[in-house]
Amino acid sequence: MFEAALDPFAYEYMRNAMLGAGTVGALCALLSCFVVLKGWSLLGDALSHAVVPGVAVAAIFGLPLVAGAAVAAVLAVAGIAFVERGTSLKNDAVLGVVFTTFFAAGLLLVSLYPTHLRITTIMFGNLLGIADSDLWQVYGVGLLCLVVIGTMWRDLLAYAFDPLHARSIGLNTRVLHALLLGLLSLACVTALQTVGALLVVAMLIAPGATAYLLTDRFGCMLVIAPLIGGVGAVAGAYASFFLDGAVGGCIVLLQTATFLLAWLFAPKHGLLNRLGFRRPAGAGKRAAARAGA
Amino acid sequence: MAIDAAARLGPAPSIEVHDLSVAYPDGHVALSEVTLRLDAGRICGLVGPNGSGKSTLFKAIMGFVRPVRGEVRIGGQDVRAAQKANAVAYVPQSEEVDWTFPVSVRDVVMMGRQGRMGFLRRPSPADRAVVGQSLDRVGMAAFGERQIGELSGGQRKRVFLARALAQEAGIILLDEPFTGVDQTTEEEIIGLLRGLREAGHLLLVSTHDLAAVPDFCDDVVLLSGTVIAAGPTADAFTPANLARAFGRPPPGLASLAAPKDVPGTLREVPRSARLAETAC
Repeated sequence: MFEAALDPFAYEYMRNAMLGAGTVGALCALLSCFVVLKGWSLLGDALSHAVVPGVAVAAIFGLPLVAGAAVAAVLAVAGIAFVERGTSLKNDAVLGVVFTTFFAAGLLLVSLYPTHLRITTIMFGNLLGIADSDLWQVYGVGLLCLVVIGTMWRDLLAYAFDPLHARSIGLNTRVLHALLLGLLSLACVTALQTVGALLVVAMLIAPGATAYLLTDRFGCMLVIAPLIGGVGAVAGAYASFFLDGAVGGCIVLLQTATFLLAWLFAPKHGLLNRLGFRRPAGAGKRAAARAGA
Repeated sequence: MAIDAAARLGPAPSIEVHDLSVAYPDGHVALSEVTLRLDAGRICGLVGPNGSGKSTLFKAIMGFVRPVRGEVRIGGQDVRAAQKANAVAYVPQSEEVDWTFPVSVRDVVMMGRQGRMGFLRRPSPADRAVVGQSLDRVGMAAFGERQIGELSGGQRKRVFLARALAQEAGIILLDEPFTGVDQTTEEEIIGLLRGLREAGHLLLVSTHDLAAVPDFCDDVVLLSGTVIAAGPTADAFTPANLARAFGRPPPGLASLAAPKDVPGTLREVPRSARLAETAC
């Protein structure tokens, strides 16, 4: 019985899958703290689709996929800024137009110029077949995010909370904005290879949303979210071995389950607490503030 | 502490606005040909009807909007350099941020110190001391660990004020600090502003509370798309100038002194009587 539980560790592809998923899960979760607070959920979804043509072109020319994805992300973000300036359309409409265009172009490129990259890989990821080089790329991006956010989280937080104030105390908000978008794009590429374009956005939102319910301190969020994201991703990959089902699906559903648990049982903002099952002093005030504001 | 801050201000804080015009992308001109000079140790009231360009002038001084013409210099430097030197603090209206953010009152006030911290932005004991004093000065010392969404409107204003104090800037711009606060809070804020003036700070305060202006403002700038009048309160804040700024003849000072969006209160009566004395 116990030996069966260790089975997945006997296969190299499963060990790689769990390591890769854990790293991607933790790194997306780290960024999800900013995505959730900035209200960038739609942007995260959009970016994960917009990098596809870059990945396709890079595959055609045999270049690193990350490089292609980064270029596509920059072009897409510039495209949004351009369209936003030229029209009075709302941000979500502009996002919708620009990013679906990019995704469509990516699909077309992949179908016109067949490479080792398949459409199903882009859509659903290929965690079980992750190559060593991809794995190193994931570690590299993870380390980069950790270092950048570890050193700059206070400036990024100041920018996310009150961009005008951040500027007024001399911070370079353009650089901070670009940095967040850049990290987000990198996270999208790595997540693309693991859970696929369709589910990237879940990894970029759920852990941050869960951590938000569990704490009132941003510093704590930055620790809780990667733990939830990383552990959830490893557990999802592990569970998929026994279920013999889609890894991406397992990972995201586990993260959703964690979110639901937090929503129900969170000490201060949880549903049970708010309904009066346990009510320490001051409970539910943030909810009231949110409703009032 | 305020004196220490003043000593750290360096050269005398000043704001020079020269021939400034600001237009929005749709072509609407919000400000035209504004020229002003404000000096240290003064409280300057910025007065004008809604849409007169008060907020736009703040945004232009802070470099948040790019002028189509003219320039702003702060302490002789361009705006960006002045901001990097923490020469100017800005207190926005409190509706402008997301109060559900997972940050405490103390965290927000600490953000005022952030431009002065080292590369890793780790608060030093000195930073913590300044934040503690700033909270104390706005009467929020007991609320430091609260999540910011748990505060009332007046308390939120105080937190923003404390964040500006913590920055220890020579110049402080306050965008309608008295809107939505009770009279006690308004008087406390005015007391605080006076203390900062004595310490050599330059304060620019936009307000709709005309009755309070002669009370605490040394200078007044009357704005209505451009500068209608500017100078010492006694010279600039006259019924004739007010009428020009607000675009209607003063039908008696009492009604002019109580703007329409603020329900008339008992205290308006003696205040406006005082206004008549000062202004005539």
